[in-house]
Amino acid sequence: MTVHPIIAALHKHKAGVVLIALQIALTLAIICNAIFIIGQRIERVSQPTGMHEENDLFLITQQWVSAPSADDPGGLEKLDSMQQTDLATLRNLPDVASAAPIRSLPLLRSGSVGGIGLKPLQQKDTIDANYYYGDEQALSTLGLKLVAGRAFTAADVQHKPMRDQGEPVLAIVTKPVADKLFPQGDAVGKVIYLDSSGTPTTVVGVVARLQSAVDTAGSSLTWYSALFPVRQDANFSRTVVRAKPGRLEAAMRAVRPALYAVNPMRVIDDEQGVRSFVDIRADAYRADLGMAILMSVVCLILLSITAAGIVGLTSFWVGQRQRQIGVRRALGARKIDILHYFQLENLLIAGIGAVIGILLAIGLNLWLITHFEMDRMPVIYVLVGVLAVLALGQAAVFVPARRASNVPPVVATRAV
Amino acid sequence: MFGYYLELGLRSLRRNPALTALMVMAIGFGVAASMITWSVFRAVSGNPIPDKSAQLFTPQVDSWGPQQNLKGEPPEALNYVDAMALMRTHEAKRQTLLYPVQLSVLPGGDRSLPIAANGYAVYGDFFPMFEVPFLYGSGWNTADDQGREAVVVLSAEFNQKLFDGANSVGREVTLEGHDYRVVGVTGHWNPRPRFFALFGGSGPFSDPTDFYLPFTRALDLQIDTAGNNSCRGSLTFTNRNDWLQSNCVWVSPWVELDSAAEVARYRSFLEAYAADQQRAGRFAWAPNVRLRDVMQWLDYEHVVPSESSIALLVSLGFFAICLVNTIGLLLAKFLRRANEIGVRRALGASRREIYTQYLIEAATVGLAGGVLGLLFTALGVSGVGLLFPPEIARLAHLDLSLVGLTLVVAILATVAAAFYPAWRAAKVQPAWQLKSN
Repeated sequence: MTVHPIIAALHKHKAGVVLIALQIALTLAIICNAIFIIGQRIERVSQPTGMHEENDLFLITQQWVSAPSADDPGGLEKLDSMQQTDLATLRNLPDVASAAPIRSLPLLRSGSVGGIGLKPLQQKDTIDANYYYGDEQALSTLGLKLVAGRAFTAADVQHKPMRDQGEPVLAIVTKPVADKLFPQGDAVGKVIYLDSSGTPTTVVGVVARLQSAVDTAGSSLTWYSALFPVRQDANFSRTVVRAKPGRLEAAMRAVRPALYAVNPMRVIDDEQGVRSFVDIRADAYRADLGMAILMSVVCLILLSITAAGIVGLTSFWVGQRQRQIGVRRALGARKIDILHYFQLENLLIAGIGAVIGILLAIGLNLWLITHFEMDRMPVIYVLVGVLAVLALGQAAVFVPARRASNVPPVVATRAV
Repeated sequence: MFGYYLELGLRSLRRNPALTALMVMAIGFGVAASMITWSVFRAVSGNPIPDKSAQLFTPQVDSWGPQQNLKGEPPEALNYVDAMALMRTHEAKRQTLLYPVQLSVLPGGDRSLPIAANGYAVYGDFFPMFEVPFLYGSGWNTADDQGREAVVVLSAEFNQKLFDGANSVGREVTLEGHDYRVVGVTGHWNPRPRFFALFGGSGPFSDPTDFYLPFTRALDLQIDTAGNNSCRGSLTFTNRNDWLQSNCVWVSPWVELDSAAEVARYRSFLEAYAADQQRAGRFAWAPNVRLRDVMQWLDYEHVVPSESSIALLVSLGFFAICLVNTIGLLLAKFLRRANEIGVRRALGASRREIYTQYLIEAATVGLAGGVLGLLFTALGVSGVGLLFPPEIARLAHLDLSLVGLTLVVAILATVAAAFYPAWRAAKVQPAWQLKSN
């Protein structure tokens, strides 16, 4: 079958052709970008934080009422003993496996970020990193995987006011930090300098992975983290608790009464005071998941509407050309020829639409890059999109095309 | 004639129910998607203080230098030293410093455990500057600021919680173990986004705050910020006093400047201040200052979540496709009736009348699509919590203006989409149609 008569016929329906092509082009532009956004968001949501069995974890944030000041030595010791008492109480709860003081947790969206350098008093730090502060139980409670060196011991742990910027003596860093600072792979035992300081900090261990506490929008900071053996004292405290397997709810329920029994002069917020890590994670990724869902719904509706539009317009053409189809059939065209005619016609129109759509898709992607810090879309998304719209066009045209092929030759002899 | 055409339109819609349903669905989905995302976007991108947003400015001074600052931009808040210096010179008509605080309070009643209350440490000028409405009493004055008085202004919501909404002016409130005398109770006041306190603390779309207390008093009591505290470079402080003198920024400043001349004068004052600091050796770099008004500040701080803009854009694109779809279907529908048009034209109907008739028919499709869209919008607005955090999702609601907008947009868009098909219909040659019959 030659394409020539199809093109000649299309000239008679310029408006319809332009509309279908335009619709396919716009659909392609939007679905490529939407699928790309969905893929990115899902990839972000499914990346592991580096914490093992993180669904058993929960975080307690509480504030002391009329707390002594951590700035004077007496107040500091008082705060520290209050925090120690709390920790002992929590560790003794029947459903609790372990607990550790902590400054922040991955995905909490509140944390501390500093710079790490390789030389003392460095003008500009080599990398930015998340600072986590915890005691000797922090590593095991979080369930981090140690890949080199050792964990902290109780003797390593210092306690300081939260505002004290004196550098900790020891640190455990994540593998990305170790690889970046010490590419030879011998980070353990090496010295780093925090926040352009002149005081050295020694790396004693390397953990495989620990995600950032703050929203890093996919930058390298996401995996640059360091843990210091410091129990921070302030007018509030945070504790990460690992419940025994399957006992999360019971453990979370037991926290408030136990802590209030030790010392009622504190505030544990009704909503934010005791939060499971599952909840923290869901909050952090709500927008990502929501975006993925929204884009999926938009894609689905869009594809159905475009398909329905093709069905509608092609049916109209079939109705209009009843007579011509009859003539062709009477002159010897087989049913399959008529079917192919409409299929090929659709492929042509959809092909034109797809070419315009590729340009639109890339244009939209570039525009999103400049305005919303989006990444460049790999070509594969466009190719898959093109195949999808062509397949959609073929699927949509099948029903009206078959109806056309069923037009009997006798129609040619009748007046319309 | 309008009524007759309307009836014709409705009759024609019933003739091909599948085609009609398709068009109505397309319009309904398209308009609903746009309206749902628009309802969120208009809530987060609005002007929180329309009549004064051009008179309120937040000064920024680069105290970090080109090595440490935010890609050339000064930090988003002031450190203590610069903040106090700006306050002392009193260059603007009204000015305030502020930072968020969180203090515990015993609410009384049947609850024996303390709760956390959120508030701001501010200067007395805060209340007239931001046009805070008062239910009882008033804010405090400059003398109270200087006297470092233990006074407090409660929000209507917090006053309801503590005093059951009674006039509490003159009563005492104990916050974090210290007593304060209530001097005022504000009316309901919660500008969203909370433009004046974007540097940490409660989010820009959170519930009304609980109280306001004098900045000077908060300093005396060494109340720490509940918001962000951002520092740069080598930090050596170990206690509060050293921290106050450090480069850590945590104070948000605001000034009220009524005329362009005042703005220019204040800007040159800021430049001069930074130059002084450079001469004194505190800054080792040339003056780098900014003076942004409310809307510029919201824009700079990216208060509108990018999800909101992207969702709105995608929905508008979606709507555009639905309209292209509608053009195609209307074209098919109208031209199928070429015979009928031919007969009407032969019987004396003018092109204009044909044109009007088909536009009205399209408008009925638009109306039906709008009604369906309204239904989807109502459903979708209750589902925006999927995409946005609860405090933003709550802002999206179906009000009268959104209902009106949905219907108007649906009808206008459909009529616009019908221009070309109706024009084609009006161009039908009567002789041609009659001949083929």
